[in-house]
Amino acid sequence: MTNGSPLIRLVHVTREFKTPAGVIKAVDDVSLDLDRGEAICLVGESGCGKTTTGRLLAGLLRPTSGELLFEGNDVWRSRGADQVRFRRAVQLVHQDPYASLNPVRTVEQVLAAPLRHHRKAQTAKQARAAARSLLQRVGLTPPDDFLHKFPHQLSGGQRQRVSIARALTVDPRVIVADEAVSMVDVSIRITLLDLLLGLRDEFGVSIVLITHDLAVARYFGRAGRIAVMYLGRVVELSATQELIDDPAHPYATALIGAIPEADPDLTRSKQRLPLKSADVPSLLRLPPGCSFHPRCPRAEAGLCDVLVPALTPIGGTRSVACHVAVRERTALAAATGPFRFDLPWVDIDKSEGSAG
Amino acid sequence: MIETLRLLSRRPVALIGLGGVIFFVLLAYVAPLVVSLQDAPDVTSVYLSPSLAHPLGTDYQGRDVLNQIVHGGADILTVAFLAAFISTAIAVTFGSLSATLGGRFDAATLGLTDIVLTIPQLIVLIVVAAIVHPSSFLVMAVILALLQWASLLRQVRAQVLSLKERDYVEAARSLDLGIFHIIFREMLPNMTSYIVIHFILAMTQAIYAQVGLIILGLVPLSGENWAIMLYFARDQGALYFRDSLWYILSPILAIVLFQLSLVSLASGLEDIFNPRLRAA
Amino acid sequence: MDPILSVQELSVEYATRRGALRAARDVSFDVESGETVAIIGESGSGKTTLAVALVRLLPRNARVSAGAIRFTRDGITRDVLRLDDEELREFRWRECALVFQSALNAFNPVIDIWSQFLDTARAHGMKDTKAVRDRSFELLDLVHLDPERVLRAYPHELSGGMRQRVLIALGLLLHPALLILDEPTTALDILTQRAIIDLLRELRTKLGFSMLFISHDLSLAAELADRVVTMYAGRAVERAGVEDLFYRPRHPYSIGLLRAVPRVTGALGSVASIPGSPPDLISPPPGCPYHPRCPLAIDACLAAVPPLLPVDMPRHDAACIRWQEVARTIGTAERHVAEKLA
Repeated sequence: MTNGSPLIRLVHVTREFKTPAGVIKAVDDVSLDLDRGEAICLVGESGCGKTTTGRLLAGLLRPTSGELLFEGNDVWRSRGADQVRFRRAVQLVHQDPYASLNPVRTVEQVLAAPLRHHRKAQTAKQARAAARSLLQRVGLTPPDDFLHKFPHQLSGGQRQRVSIARALTVDPRVIVADEAVSMVDVSIRITLLDLLLGLRDEFGVSIVLITHDLAVARYFGRAGRIAVMYLGRVVELSATQELIDDPAHPYATALIGAIPEADPDLTRSKQRLPLKSADVPSLLRLPPGCSFHPRCPRAEAGLCDVLVPALTPIGGTRSVACHVAVRERTALAAATGPFRFDLPWVDIDKSEGSAG
Repeated sequence: MIETLRLLSRRPVALIGLGGVIFFVLLAYVAPLVVSLQDAPDVTSVYLSPSLAHPLGTDYQGRDVLNQIVHGGADILTVAFLAAFISTAIAVTFGSLSATLGGRFDAATLGLTDIVLTIPQLIVLIVVAAIVHPSSFLVMAVILALLQWASLLRQVRAQVLSLKERDYVEAARSLDLGIFHIIFREMLPNMTSYIVIHFILAMTQAIYAQVGLIILGLVPLSGENWAIMLYFARDQGALYFRDSLWYILSPILAIVLFQLSLVSLASGLEDIFNPRLRAA
Repeated sequence: MDPILSVQELSVEYATRRGALRAARDVSFDVESGETVAIIGESGSGKTTLAVALVRLLPRNARVSAGAIRFTRDGITRDVLRLDDEELREFRWRECALVFQSALNAFNPVIDIWSQFLDTARAHGMKDTKAVRDRSFELLDLVHLDPERVLRAYPHELSGGMRQRVLIALGLLLHPALLILDEPTTALDILTQRAIIDLLRELRTKLGFSMLFISHDLSLAAELADRVVTMYAGRAVERAGVEDLFYRPRHPYSIGLLRAVPRVTGALGSVASIPGSPPDLISPPPGCPYHPRCPLAIDACLAAVPPLLPVDMPRHDAACIRWQEVARTIGTAERHVAEKLA
């Protein structure tokens, strides 16, 4: 599934922040590979470190320890041309469409500046033509209606499209979209997700979507992977459909069972995994061992409260950071042979409808 | 430009302010070209009350007051403009640098700012003026500017610090647009109204400081200007002659009206720089 | 029996620089005793204006331009719009309590939770401190909080989910017959959301109050509602039982909304956004406000605003002259619309 090495990798990355109350690890020992043209979702609740992970991937934050590799080079040790190349290669689309565009600059100015600066357009005329075609690409048509608009004259969805067009001015290899649809109206979220997926298909851009909304992750990640994060760690990394149908980590199971669905019969008859506690531990005082163990109905004393589980492959493309799940799944794999985990997991249509 | 006037017209006070500023600029810089200075004393017409020949009366040497008003504006306005310009330039440059560079530079700038803010300005002004004897515009403007930049610097620094964290500034960094683009294209345009308003208010302050220094006699008196008129009006006992009322009132009115115009204009500027109010 | 709340042809206008913004227009719906009604719609659909108008907390630049809000309890019906200040104060907590969207802003940050309970109780004539204390303990127990600890806490010391629980408890202080909740779970994490939903369901069964909640979140309606009102551009465009709305909608906007929100588990089905964007409420398009975005629009849709009329299901109304067209495609089977259209 990869052609060569991953495009971008986080290798055992930890990021700490100093707060008045002490040092917190917002991201703790996260490793993540992103291939060319891959779509991956980072999912989790507030405070799980998904946004920090996104900013680490985009090179906007420096890891406290660990490495960020771009095409095999350590980004934070590279200099000059390599660093410039990386910075432009990864672009961020922000969450808040009302804050991500400069209120005093028109759409044309927003798009023309990087085009001119990076010599992709020699003249103002060329820049305008290029801006037009970018607007067309992101579905703002006819482009001439938008070139002279200020951000306040655009709707939230249109602003997000301008932000995406702005990212495209530098031909990025990766787009990190941080909650890019959570602040636009529900009725237009899907087209924005489709737009991002279209860029992946058309230009081979890899996309990292950060979201708290599992429905968005499910739709966006149909042909990709989901990483579920909890208190700074990736607890499960799986192909999307597999994760939805058969979550391995108890936290993922709890989330999927708990999420209200826009379907009365489905949502009122869902299987739930009741947790032992509703309280999320503070990042300042993380429990020993697995940080989920105080809430986990499957936690085993003497194991889960002592040992931090590492993200461990359990066959296929799946990895999970849970002692119990790893033991059960690998035992199951040993008993039934490799067959179960070699199912053609990318074939979404076949696995659809098997849940619920 | 038309757009600017349209926005300004929604604020009548600002429009009147603009009119006032234009009037005084014409009075101070254009009118002297038309009307020649009459500085020969005429003892036969000391302290005349207003008449057709002397609309604002005459002074203690029998010179026309209106003529002095016409010729006495340029100095005041030039010094005010220069002082405001220099102090704003210092504040914007060092305020944004301080916020962008951070570290020791920031600490040093802030320390200096705090010192300047805490010392009593008028006293320093008097001491400095007594030592330097500012005889030219420029020296006067520089002295005034050096005492004015601190509060704006703090405000610019705070603004830049907050703008620096905006998503669109981060996007500009990701797009590798360079520090100049970020400061001059992304951040400063968001602060224009702020800076222009401060500039105008700095002018008003400079005028008061200047007039104060002259009235106190701390500046070598030469040439014609409104403040010097006031000085002599007081010094020559104009207060005690009923017919000299306009001699003492005219420079005061000129100064006050000009200040009022500036402040009124500033009140409407916020609108002009708000892109939301610009036509769709 | 009369419905506990009956909103009749309610219209609310805001005075803006550009003219009158009609945030709610001719909105009618009933809440029966013990029933839960959800009002769903996007931002700008007028749903929050409606909630605020029901308890007469509209901002100064807004006014109710037409309609009536009838509230019935113990056989006595009153028009909320005609209550005087004293009656209104009584009404707001005793008859009907509003639980706000932002649980943090709803509290006074500088006084502890006990004082908030006490102040609310005193303002409504409960003078006996002991009785208030007992009632607060009872309610906090009901919402699964530790009363001892919570009553002593200040709002910022509680988590978002806890604050939402306290707010619900506070709303129930004077035994209201109707609880109005504005986006009760929007800012909360999934597991907290789940806990609040389960809590509301449990309280409803135990205490038997009616609920009216306002949300952009369809899944919340799917979880809790008995009946759903879909709003678009200030109008109620569809009123239906919850299963009718999700499985047998008759208004194209309801369908659009349902298809725009993918389910997490179960088949993905036909997922799509609604083209275009919501209309300008100061100068809305002629005729049906949804016609510029509607795939079924015909010339007749521009002619007049379609009234909310009964369709082929009992207690189900839609404001669409093309509802029969819709019914032909959607049918009556008990399956989600996105699946049917796949």
